[in-house]
Amino acid sequence: MSDKEMRNAQKDESMIIQKEMIAEHYKRLERAPETKEPVVYTFVPGNLTELIRSFGCLPVLPEINALQSGMRGKSREYIAEAEKRGHSEDVCTYVKCDIGMAMAGNIGPTGTKLPKPDLLLLSYTGCYTFMKWFELLREEYDCPCVFLHVPYQGEGEIEPEHREYMVKQIKDEVIPALEKISGNKYDEEALKERLRLSVQAEDDLVWVLQSAMQKPSPIDAYFGAVYYVGPIFSAFRGTEEGVNYYKALRREVQGRLDAGLGPVAPKGPMAEEKYRIVVEGPPNWTHFREFWQMFADEGAVVVASTYSKVGGTYDFGFRHNPDDPLGTMGDYCAGCYTNHNLPGRIDMLCQYLKDYEADGFLINSVKSCNSFSAGQLMMLREVEKRTGLPGGFIESDLVDPRYFSAANIKNRLESYFQMVEARRSSSAQKGMSA
Amino acid sequence: MTPSPRAQIVDWATEIYEDLEFTVVREWLDAQPGRKAAGFLPVYAPKEVIHAAGMLPVGIHGNGAIEIIRGDAYYQSYICHLPRSVVELAESNRLDFLSAALFPSTCDVIRNLSGMWQIMFPDMYVRYMHLPQVADPVLGAQFWQRELNVIREGLGQVAGTTVGDDQLRASIGIYNEVREVIGQLYALRSKQPWKVPTEELYLLMRAGEVVAPEVFMDQARAYLAAAENSDERIKDRTRVIIVGSFCEQPPLGLIKTIERAGCYIVDDDFLAGNRFMTKAVPTAGDPAANLATTFTSSAVKTSVLYEPDPKGKKSLMQERAAAARADGIIFCAASFCDPALLDRPMLREGAEAAGIPCIAFKFAENSGQFQQFREQAGTFSDSIKLWGDAS
Repeated sequence: MSDKEMRNAQKDESMIIQKEMIAEHYKRLERAPETKEPVVYTFVPGNLTELIRSFGCLPVLPEINALQSGMRGKSREYIAEAEKRGHSEDVCTYVKCDIGMAMAGNIGPTGTKLPKPDLLLLSYTGCYTFMKWFELLREEYDCPCVFLHVPYQGEGEIEPEHREYMVKQIKDEVIPALEKISGNKYDEEALKERLRLSVQAEDDLVWVLQSAMQKPSPIDAYFGAVYYVGPIFSAFRGTEEGVNYYKALRREVQGRLDAGLGPVAPKGPMAEEKYRIVVEGPPNWTHFREFWQMFADEGAVVVASTYSKVGGTYDFGFRHNPDDPLGTMGDYCAGCYTNHNLPGRIDMLCQYLKDYEADGFLINSVKSCNSFSAGQLMMLREVEKRTGLPGGFIESDLVDPRYFSAANIKNRLESYFQMVEARRSSSAQKGMSA
Repeated sequence: MTPSPRAQIVDWATEIYEDLEFTVVREWLDAQPGRKAAGFLPVYAPKEVIHAAGMLPVGIHGNGAIEIIRGDAYYQSYICHLPRSVVELAESNRLDFLSAALFPSTCDVIRNLSGMWQIMFPDMYVRYMHLPQVADPVLGAQFWQRELNVIREGLGQVAGTTVGDDQLRASIGIYNEVREVIGQLYALRSKQPWKVPTEELYLLMRAGEVVAPEVFMDQARAYLAAAENSDERIKDRTRVIIVGSFCEQPPLGLIKTIERAGCYIVDDDFLAGNRFMTKAVPTAGDPAANLATTFTSSAVKTSVLYEPDPKGKKSLMQERAAAARADGIIFCAASFCDPALLDRPMLREGAEAAGIPCIAFKFAENSGQFQQFREQAGTFSDSIKLWGDAS
């Protein structure tokens, strides 16, 4: 696809609504130094957006900024800048992109300047690198950092003592830190109200994601879902804007379902759903639309993905509970996808393949992210063994364009879909002869 | 000619280090029916708890000498080497003596390996250990105490026993002695590095990861006595600290190369788990609580734990250089090691701001060519000797 075609790529109505919401949020962030709204940087997995908002603070998610920089073609220069300053070529490119962006004036995704953080809320959830990232940002911004240790689900469940440990930290560390920077006292009723709004948005999001169980699927649950999860994973959980967005999205998807339409890919609506695929791993952001179009060109629709669960595994039943505001935040944090152990992640993939009646699964293994990538080759074999469905493995990176080889990925995808086709023909033949 | 007692100790340690079959562990297990061994991955594991369950703590540190046949099928090229050799050891049945395995929260690779282990060895006791990360030492200690008790109960079940307080206190006492002798060895090397070549110290420490603590202490004390009495004379070398090799271990050849390039290593991170707590653990009172509070109050400053002090990263290298009277720092991390490589810019900036000369390179445990390291370390050493005072 040419750059011009990419720019003219079709957008859903909900994408336009979201764009406006985000633009407004970044404008508000830009004005924060004047309006004195405190700014809290935090991470997508384990974000405590409702709590942050309940203090009148504005959240900033550095991963979102990094991926947006990747999509806008800025990440190469940012990464180069960070590497010049001694950051290793081996480590997470989100971190280097973010640091490079800060060094280049901290201009955010919408072209407005991002304010410095008043607080770094280090929700240590499912990713070791988060800890180093905020230690690095603390040096960059010379601001306070509050740490929330979220224990990993090593045993495949949230242990009650771990939950209690998280609640104590939220109560004794996180809330006092937010009180200090905002000048506001903790207001549990305000938090509960925000959590009620979260539940509404979560219900609608799950409905949208699970619409992919229909044939044809009205959505793409990987590339498309990146947009769908944007508001709830970032600044808009627990807000009226978030609720309204998800209502609109649901209406839109319902409309497509009623009309029997498939998802809208970068070059337009998909005419045919030839393959139903489950995807594990984050997407590449520097060539996002090109990557998506490779799937669309093959008639492949992603019906479920694990990446769209990094900010919460709502489709497995979790909802924020307004009656237990601090406990529910602990549950939320511990339940984010990358905080699940490897057997749990394998179970999830197998469940998706079954529930969504998929033809197979693909792993996009990104160089930057050991949290996702370490163990994925074993996941590939285990899921194949347990489901009998074909798995494919492709490699790229989050935001470093040097690691996206379009020709290699396209070749692998074509081979993979040929394999799926061959399996399908073979199954059909067996069925006929039986 | 009979080798000197010191040379015999080094030969003993070398043999253990080079043995990919863990013969010394197997012999320990065979010596008495019913004995069991528990493995642990880097960096830190509470060996006291394993020992108190009557089991042998066995450090699983990979091995650069092993030919990787199966391990590469589990890992992409951009993941460090350590888990490949660990999986290779496991898949080739070289770790079939393990009854339990503990995986500390060192990084995401080791974390995810814990899940892989659960799948590969469904009958083995496998526990992912969340080291306490919070700044509040009381809350951190409460959390870690509970984790320790979970591990204690789990290992007790594997060993077919209940790990009582008295057993745990006794094991704490033994490991206090281990820490003390290791501290003495490190202190001697820092003071008179010509008497304790790091190549030898490292081999001894590596042997200490797989033998019973009582055996290790005998050998370590004998080595210490021999080293103290050594008449080795000081050479004109640069005193350096090696930083960043706390998880995947460098090949022995790299350690030798750095020393032979004109450096005395006066402090390092190798096998950092054996020096993770910088104080003795009290032996009176609740032993799990003592282990936990000693951890939260005296854990070494390292990349695998959150640094609550905003100035902590910047000042750490200066503090370590001052304590070891080091002339320079060599940042020596394994390729793709997130903890070491993400920390490096902060640590290096702090060191350079304090006027401490630094260089950095990366290795893999199976690195076989040392020429580039020799040139870098040699040039670094020469430059400090020639111009060190000029700055």
